[in-house]
Amino acid sequence: MFQSQQKIISNQYPAWKYLLLIVITTLGILYAMPNLFGDDPAVQISPAKSVEFSPQTQSQVETLLQNASLTPKLVEFENGKFLIRFTNAEDQIKAASILKEGLGRSAVVALNLAPATPDWLSSLGAQPMYLGLDLRGGVHFLMDVDMDAAVEKAYQRTVDEVKGRLRDEKIRYLPFDAQKTQIEIPFSNPEDQTKAQALFNQEFADRFVINLLDGNKPSIRLTLNAQTLAETQKYALQQNITTLRNRINELGVAEPVIQQQGDRRIVVQLPGVQDTARAKEILGATATLEFRLVDEKGDAERAARSGFAPGNADLQYFRDGRPILLQRQLIVSGENVVNAQSSIDPEQGSPMVSVSLDGVGGRKMLATTKQNVGNRMAVLFIENRVETEEINGEKVKKRITTKDVINAAVIRGQFADRFQITGLDSPQEAQDLALLLRAGALAAPMEIVEERTVGPSMGQENIDKGLMSVVVGFLLVLVIMVWRYKFFGMIANFALMLNLVIIVAVLSMLQATLTLPGIAGIVLTVGMAVDANVLIFERIREELKNGSIQNAIYSGYEKAFVTIADSNITTLLAALVLFSFGTGPIKGFAITLSIGILTSMFTAILGTRALINWYYGNKRVSKLSI
Amino acid sequence: MSTTTEPKMINFMGQSFIAVVFSGLLILGSIFGIWYKGLNFGIDFTGGTLIEVSYPKPVELTPLRNQLAQAGFDEAVVQHFGSAEEVLIRIAPRDGVNSAQLSNQVMETLRATSTESIELRRVEFVGPQVGKELTEDGALAVLYALFGILIYVSLRYEWRFALGSVLALVHDVIITVGLFAWTQLQFDLTVVAALLAVIGYSLNDTIVVFDRVRENFRIMREPDPVVVTNVAINQMLARTIMTSLTTLVVLVALLLLGGEVIAGFAAALVVGIVVGTFSSTYIAASFALLLGVSKEDLMKAPKEERDVESEEAELQRLFLEQEAKRQAKLAAQGKDDAV
Repeated sequence: MFQSQQKIISNQYPAWKYLLLIVITTLGILYAMPNLFGDDPAVQISPAKSVEFSPQTQSQVETLLQNASLTPKLVEFENGKFLIRFTNAEDQIKAASILKEGLGRSAVVALNLAPATPDWLSSLGAQPMYLGLDLRGGVHFLMDVDMDAAVEKAYQRTVDEVKGRLRDEKIRYLPFDAQKTQIEIPFSNPEDQTKAQALFNQEFADRFVINLLDGNKPSIRLTLNAQTLAETQKYALQQNITTLRNRINELGVAEPVIQQQGDRRIVVQLPGVQDTARAKEILGATATLEFRLVDEKGDAERAARSGFAPGNADLQYFRDGRPILLQRQLIVSGENVVNAQSSIDPEQGSPMVSVSLDGVGGRKMLATTKQNVGNRMAVLFIENRVETEEINGEKVKKRITTKDVINAAVIRGQFADRFQITGLDSPQEAQDLALLLRAGALAAPMEIVEERTVGPSMGQENIDKGLMSVVVGFLLVLVIMVWRYKFFGMIANFALMLNLVIIVAVLSMLQATLTLPGIAGIVLTVGMAVDANVLIFERIREELKNGSIQNAIYSGYEKAFVTIADSNITTLLAALVLFSFGTGPIKGFAITLSIGILTSMFTAILGTRALINWYYGNKRVSKLSI
Repeated sequence: MSTTTEPKMINFMGQSFIAVVFSGLLILGSIFGIWYKGLNFGIDFTGGTLIEVSYPKPVELTPLRNQLAQAGFDEAVVQHFGSAEEVLIRIAPRDGVNSAQLSNQVMETLRATSTESIELRRVEFVGPQVGKELTEDGALAVLYALFGILIYVSLRYEWRFALGSVLALVHDVIITVGLFAWTQLQFDLTVVAALLAVIGYSLNDTIVVFDRVRENFRIMREPDPVVVTNVAINQMLARTIMTSLTTLVVLVALLLLGGEVIAGFAAALVVGIVVGTFSSTYIAASFALLLGVSKEDLMKAPKEERDVESEEAELQRLFLEQEAKRQAKLAAQGKDDAV
């Protein structure tokens, strides 16, 4: 019986397992390789919104560079963007400022680090790992959207609608305004209340919860229902993300990340941005728009002199200081603005801005313009920012709201969700107006609630230190393994190296973000990955006391497998919890740790077994070097 | 090697009383430390602003403090970080002030009063609300990890083992946190990540031992769970030491070479792994035994499914039979040595 076992257990692996190992090793090396080639300092030129690059742009770029006697390493045009590589950072920075000036507002010029991956590798889809902000330098912001304000605005919008419908149906109501979390509409008698209730039940029940209140006056309370509330908040978040995108385009960042996080937060990552003060200014300003009719009855000049606006009018000023009286009622606000683009009027050849509104805004606009052809409509730009003022030598922060009328134009005819603003003096003015209209399309104010900035030198230092600790830790483990397990230790070391290569390859393929904690995860994996081999080798040693060498190898691997699987699953469990609860940096650690555990199972079990079978398998062995 | 005689068994379970008392004292000391000294929470949890700047040459802190105090930052904590050229400035969260702008003002102040070029190395700002959330998330993460493990180990082994391993993990976490209280090392988000990694690692150690205990229950004729457990721990001792050694070696490399940002993380892991190795050797199994785990409890456990061809599986069975005889003989020797 023993002999028959001896015959079967010859520790041979089928050819496909070797093939699998070879294929995975080759793929691992191939996809890990791009990380060896480093980066080129580059300038990335992307078209500003609504502009596309013409063939002339390339020659324009080349002329600009030639005039400054800068020779780029390579000029590429891909996905509508130019990528101009340079040999050193000095040329890169010089070129960026020249191009910014030369191309004007039609292009977004950004500094970038372009991977210097050889073509044959990138044609295979191999890319280097994506480095996190702590390694490449940059800014990370977490913005919190003020949802209370978003909801309040939704109520404000409803007030006009409610009043309009009540007037249409000739139901009398007492004066009311929107509250933060509800609208209460008072009536002078219960009959009006009942009529209004019927109207609301018909037209508002899908969006609002309708309650009758019998206090000292009969009234009706409207509160947003759960679904509409959620939609309002979702919309506010989406709109803020879009606005942030546009603003960041103006900052000139090569690979910005703008992502939703949770229900009310937005993550903004700007790799390579040095001037964080300017970034904050641009991101932090909150702006909105109001389209309102101009009050043509009153005398704006007189109102400006006295400081009092007549009747129901509202005194506002143009940017150049001219006063103007506006009606208080809002037609549409910035959140109804879907887009605004400057262009040239094909008929008159003069600059204009095309504005498009969403459906709600279009309906309101139609209702207003129907009755007001020939009157003027003004656009009020409202900006909220925090300014620091010095009072008695002490710096005091102040929240400042500025309101400017950015345009007032005659309504030439009825229109709804698409219209043009013409009569602008210059293409520059049209561009500025379009920009302001877009920037004002913000649903709710937001605030920076978390910031993490890493300077470029610190990033490089983090890479160096991280690499150093991986290398030193790795070498020490190699030495310990050879000391303890001799030849088997060397095989385990091969597996460990392969493991490291595969981790890097997988991270590169997934384009997962490598952070400093991520490197720590790799270091920890290196330490723990040998555990599988330690388990196997210790078991083989034990088994050697009981039987033949081939049997010992066989049962060493077989018996250790269950233990390895169990223990790794539990570690994966912890990594999973880390991943789901952690924020950015902790996620990075969890990702590398999980990948490391999975790849180590492959390399430590299949990889070492293949080598050992190949060396010892199917032959008479009198002694193992273990 | 195959000719070496069986090494002496160490009677781990016999020493378990001393070990439990020792652990108990450590835990009491840790809890006292956490209560008495408190944790030195980083801005991840407290909220606030942290700014690290670098000067071209070593810089005195007192003038810097004065400059900042004049600019209205009198509560700023200013200290060297890593070297005399680098300075770390910490500012507590302020009510009603847009703290996101604080770092700009600090840099302006420093630049205005210095002729040297100051380099901004890093800024971290965490709003109070975010800090509160991160604290809750961190605590929840540790709890969920422990709970998930409790369930997994119960399913895979036995509830007594699950409870034993979770007790061992709680032990590891408390002692590691206690050390952070006593040393007043900064406790930030990366330390929570390290704690979770410690949980993963220590559990790994515990599972390896439990796995062997279960195997021994199946193949040894020995009815006494204490002896069976002791044999398992001894069998796994070389592995436990080797793995802890390789892991500690890389972590010490990370601690010494990885830079200050990652130092707290590495420190937590080093402590956690030392404590974890101890707990999985002494605490986890002791508690499982204390709860009365027996041969019958584990025999019921379902047999693992293995991806082996039927021929091989049959062979395996024959193998295990022989194995059992040998192990029993060995164990008998072991028992002699142990008792």
